[in-house]
Amino acid sequence: MSVGLPHLLTLSALLFGIGMYGALSRKSAIMVLMSLELMANAVNINLVSLSRFVTPESMDGQFFAVFSMVVSAAEIGLGLALVLAIYRRLRSVELDAVEELKG
Amino acid sequence: MTEQLPAITFYVLSFAALGGAVSMMATRNVVHAAFWLLEVMLATAGIYLLLSAEFLALVQVLVYAGAVAVLTLFVIMLTLRRREDAVRPYPVGWGSLALAALLTGIVLVAITRFEPTLAALPEAAPGVEAFGREMFSTWMLPFEIASLVLLVALVGAVWWAGGEDR
Repeated sequence: MSVGLPHLLTLSALLFGIGMYGALSRKSAIMVLMSLELMANAVNINLVSLSRFVTPESMDGQFFAVFSMVVSAAEIGLGLALVLAIYRRLRSVELDAVEELKG
Repeated sequence: MTEQLPAITFYVLSFAALGGAVSMMATRNVVHAAFWLLEVMLATAGIYLLLSAEFLALVQVLVYAGAVAVLTLFVIMLTLRRREDAVRPYPVGWGSLALAALLTGIVLVAITRFEPTLAALPEAAPGVEAFGREMFSTWMLPFEIASLVLLVALVGAVWWAGGEDR
């Protein structure tokens, strides 16, 4: 049984679904950020495997994955700094506690 | 006849990644979830190696398994007042589960319909040297912009997380 592009895309879709479930259902801001990382990771798997199968010479997808990693590293850094700022203000990392903008 | 990806390695790594992701969602402890995420990232690095993206595998281990995991654990540590706070109630969230399952199902159907077009693995895959040449010729401008993005994110993170006296 050979492993081809559909197997990799399936793996990536399943990881993305699990990450999406976590990002939508968790109440802790840190868990939501970690689930977002999982989703970004699934997207990167997709980019790298498409790069390997479609443009193996120019490696376009690998560069896309590198820049996607840069953006998600910046995102996790800023997100965790924001979590710390919220914690200092509200003494909690629960998303339910952040309701200042609720009408 | 074209080259094949090693099936057993692929299935082991996929099992590690998916099992880690499911365990991350199933555990009640935030610290355990962070370590499961670390395991998923390492399995992903293995998949990159399988796809002959050596540089990306290295970056994955350095950035995700190294920096991001340490940062996450530090923030968990700083925002927990007591050890018991790490264990949290477990919200199942049936609505989110249904939504995520629906999206995944649609994507999986799309993948099965897409299957016949691209199945064969191309022969050649250039190494790290070719990757570096491309990076500093074709992708020069995005590379510089990425470094600027990282600098701004660094300054912003320090500013947000900084001390009380502002």
